[in-house]
Amino acid sequence: MSVSEFDNYRPPEEPRRKRKGRRRAPGSAFRRGGDGSREMPMVPEPEFTSYYGRPIVKAPPWEAPIGAYLFLGGLAGGSSILAFGGELTDRPLLRRNMRLSAITAASLGTVALVTDLGRPERFLNMMRTIKPTSPMSLGSWLLAYYATHAGVAAAAEVDRVTHSKLPLGPFRPVLRFVDRPAAAGAAVLGAPLAAYTAVLLGDTAVPTWNAMHKDLPFVFVSSASLAAGGLAMLTTPISETAPARTFALAGVAGELVAMHLMKERMDSVAVEPLEQGRPGTWLMWSERLAIAGAAGTILGGRRRWVAALSGAALVASSALTRFGVFQAGKDSVKDPKYTVEPQRNRLAKRRAAGITDDSITTAG
Amino acid sequence: MTGEAAANPTADAHYDHPHPRKGFFTDTSICIGCKACEVACKEWNRNPVDSDYELLGSSYDNTGALGANTWRHVAFIEQGADQIERARESGRALVNLGMPKVGPPQGSVSPTTTPQGTIPVTQAAPAGCASGACGCGGSATDAPVTDSADSSVASSSDGSSVHPDTPDFRWLMSSDVCKHCTNAGCLDVCPTGALFRTEYGTVVVQDDICNGCGTCVAGCPFGVIERRSDGVFEPKNQRDAPPMPDTVKVPEHGVAQKCTLCYDRMKNDQTPACAQACPTTSIKYGDRDSMVATARERVTQMHEQGKTESRLYGANPKDGVGGTGSVFLLLDEPETYGLPPDPRVPTADLPYMFKRAGMAVAGMLAVGAVAFASGGRR
Repeated sequence: MSVSEFDNYRPPEEPRRKRKGRRRAPGSAFRRGGDGSREMPMVPEPEFTSYYGRPIVKAPPWEAPIGAYLFLGGLAGGSSILAFGGELTDRPLLRRNMRLSAITAASLGTVALVTDLGRPERFLNMMRTIKPTSPMSLGSWLLAYYATHAGVAAAAEVDRVTHSKLPLGPFRPVLRFVDRPAAAGAAVLGAPLAAYTAVLLGDTAVPTWNAMHKDLPFVFVSSASLAAGGLAMLTTPISETAPARTFALAGVAGELVAMHLMKERMDSVAVEPLEQGRPGTWLMWSERLAIAGAAGTILGGRRRWVAALSGAALVASSALTRFGVFQAGKDSVKDPKYTVEPQRNRLAKRRAAGITDDSITTAG
Repeated sequence: MTGEAAANPTADAHYDHPHPRKGFFTDTSICIGCKACEVACKEWNRNPVDSDYELLGSSYDNTGALGANTWRHVAFIEQGADQIERARESGRALVNLGMPKVGPPQGSVSPTTTPQGTIPVTQAAPAGCASGACGCGGSATDAPVTDSADSSVASSSDGSSVHPDTPDFRWLMSSDVCKHCTNAGCLDVCPTGALFRTEYGTVVVQDDICNGCGTCVAGCPFGVIERRSDGVFEPKNQRDAPPMPDTVKVPEHGVAQKCTLCYDRMKNDQTPACAQACPTTSIKYGDRDSMVATARERVTQMHEQGKTESRLYGANPKDGVGGTGSVFLLLDEPETYGLPPDPRVPTADLPYMFKRAGMAVAGMLAVGAVAFASGGRR
């Protein structure tokens, strides 16, 4: 942005690389020195202007634990659905394994959430109010209700497995009585637990997350289904996992379709972080693992070790999906073009449609 | 605009006796980039330093951006003649959009424009060009057009598309601040209620409630609020007391922080520190309605002088955030200053998102039911 005549002596810049394409790392303006770490090119980008290539919106201070929670929350929710199905259709091993998986995943996820807070000691403030405009608030309440149900169901399961060794005293009949209602509650709350994180990401100003808000819930519930189905195949003998295999296959089909549709419908600029860099690689492998897991399930689902391998592939695929989506959003913040270009596009579109009175910039 | 004030957001917050909404008008055309606002803000609010002192290589701006510890940020941008002309063009395009204007309805006067569309020859019909289609920026306000426009019109008659006063170089300096939106994304998504709407219509963090979840950081379409990673807390109500020893100070990090529009000063009928310190009155503070009126007057005046690059940012109650409490007069496209060109509060789509999530939830439960129903009892 300098116009000093001394800049004429600058050596010629290397030609600007094409913006589209997989090879180009996201956050390029940031890496070119927009963070001030080194001198940055002074020739302004022709497509849009920015303030020294600096980010406009800020990424939330969420690190890997939040990515892990996205995965664990979905895994827990799906597991509770499978556990309750196993209970209703007399599959005791499926019920036991999925109940224990659900509470384990939910507990780990809760710990991940708390450690990522700026003031972890104030985590109970999440329960200070119920706020319908805040997906984080509703999600915290949802997680609390879900974990209570899943916890009671798991406690009943442990008591049964250990032949009533838990020191429950007079409360054992109570636990027996609430066993099934708690499991049912966990199954019903499990689905929203898997879906609300999509709303949490969609309801942000982070360009790529916000651009996904229409279809991300479908991606996330599908991913949760295939993860839970995969975990069941990994942990439970094949004689009891036929419904889990169906559940996982439906999840794979749903995720492939939903992910494809979602990318199709997103702004062509905002979709780039999903296809480039680390998130691009992760999402590509997620898709491959999902397809491999589905193929293994269909072809060799009745062999214990093939089923276990396929299940592991599906669980890994779900984790990669969540981390890929999570990281793509964080990457999209680093380069202001992901904020500016989609916004300029939609503004131009509205103006072309004759709506000229809703711009934040006005002539008077 | 058609004169309607942005809805006072205090009504949504159920205040019984709403105070007038307060706000800033930051007129960047008279900012000299002295950063007195940054210093005064830091000093009054006792904000910690941002980082190690470093040169960012961006003109005179070594602050970088708004953040948890920087609640006023002065931007510096150096531009040459062609960029100035481009800014003028884009400003003119804004005028030509036919934005609704204050004033009498559009007259029948033909929108006579000069070939370059800058300064119209419509002084003979002062009530005429309310539409702004003539490129004069809707000069049909109370002030007659003739006086202020005379000089520039005379000089623009040479037929050149570049305004004769166009310099071959300019510095843009702009003091950025929290927008205190009518529909505030940070406030909507805060799960604890730590962020609240004050009786003055501003948005403030209660730092003893915030648990640092960071949702607000992602919720802000302007990238203003941030989670603080260091700093200590000193009571702000004992100004004359000697500084507290470090051992007594309470760590104040891990919570979201941003401009409070000096809530503590407003409570005592004081002007916010930045506006008080501004030597050129570039930062004005007052009732939001009067700020917007001042801003409109100023932009009209500048358009009459042929400075079509000037435009308002945040004065439109129909924009994606419902208008902002802090209104700006900018001299180029907003993204030049690091401001988003079409911000939209993400919560606006929240009902739709919940609907979609509900469909997804129903689908997941249905698939589970079908899987077990088709698998049968064992």
